[in-house]
Amino acid sequence: MAENLTIAVLSGKGGTGKTMVSVNLAAVATGATYIDCDVEEPNGHLFLKPKVFEEETITIGKPEVDQRRCDGCKICSDACAFKALAVVNKKLLIFPEICHSCGLCYHLCPQGALIEVEQSLGVLSKGYRDDLLVLSAELKIGEPSGVPLIKALINNIKGGITIIDGPPGSGCLVHETIARADFCLLVAEPTRFGEQNLALVHQLVSLMGKPAAVLLNKTTGGANASEEYAKANGLSIIATLPWDGQLARTTSSGDLAIDGSEHYRQYFSHLLAQIVEEARRA
Amino acid sequence: MIIAVPAENQSLDSPICQSFGRAPFFCIYDTGSESSRFLDNTAKEASGGAGIEAAQLLVDQNIDALITYRLGENAARVFRAANTKLLKAVNLSIADNVANFLEEKLASLEDIHSGYHHG
Repeated sequence: MAENLTIAVLSGKGGTGKTMVSVNLAAVATGATYIDCDVEEPNGHLFLKPKVFEEETITIGKPEVDQRRCDGCKICSDACAFKALAVVNKKLLIFPEICHSCGLCYHLCPQGALIEVEQSLGVLSKGYRDDLLVLSAELKIGEPSGVPLIKALINNIKGGITIIDGPPGSGCLVHETIARADFCLLVAEPTRFGEQNLALVHQLVSLMGKPAAVLLNKTTGGANASEEYAKANGLSIIATLPWDGQLARTTSSGDLAIDGSEHYRQYFSHLLAQIVEEARRA
Repeated sequence: MIIAVPAENQSLDSPICQSFGRAPFFCIYDTGSESSRFLDNTAKEASGGAGIEAAQLLVDQNIDALITYRLGENAARVFRAANTKLLKAVNLSIADNVANFLEEKLASLEDIHSGYHHG
């Protein structure tokens, strides 16, 4: 598989099996890259156990004010799209956790009173598991947005097969995660709750024009609300993965399903081939 | 003294709005002239930072006190910088809350919440 293909594995909610699918897919691919974009709680490295060769602190610029220069003119606070600035009694108050680091305030300040100070946002680590490049980043506790970390992560897409383990949900982090994805694999549970969240993330990928298919996980042969949703909304069902207590035990032990089971090695190899095929057609 | 109150409607009979930053209106009551006026809350539709924007709007009206059910920590920081008195609303109309305030029956607002931020 010499071609370039970036596959984002997503789920509307947490706990559907997104990381389990991502790490096993990445491990069966040859010379691939695995990127853990779930920066609020990265856990792919627990399964892939990469030998880390590089760690880089990712920083983000936030404004600080020189109160001797600031005359409280309010040009910056009136212009701030995120309302991260307020002026009280001619003094500027800054709310760094609201700030999106757009940089407009430094640009507009007539007094040159605002300076950009780099702050650590988290650490990006790179490692190898055999020939699989494993990238993950962990957001510093208390930081409100991991978007800049995800931007730094996906800047490392180097070609070949890339598997992105997405953050749960369908908000800003997911939006950023799939910016450069060629194909989105949506992992869904059979429950009504699973279906509701599948619908949200399906709407997002459709809005962004990304080809997508759903993997129905934890199927039991009974009612499957996510399957009903996929059929009613033209979402391709690429595979099903029946509920398996042994798979759950393997995963909760931090092991890869493909390592101890020829069945799962073939399952994930086949799934990857199907995704490549479906992405090529898209 | 100028008092601000988050209002559901543009009337002194209106209930106080449960939300501060997303209140539709603010009642600005002047105890000196016993007159009131209502401001549109321009922050109510903000995607984020509504509390800060609403607090800036009120601080710019030179208010002395705010009567509210609840307040987020960011808005509270703006009001503290402005030395605005923060008072806990009781489940009555705006007019009755103002009357309670003038009789010093309102407790100060202590339970500042950490906000309802989202990604």
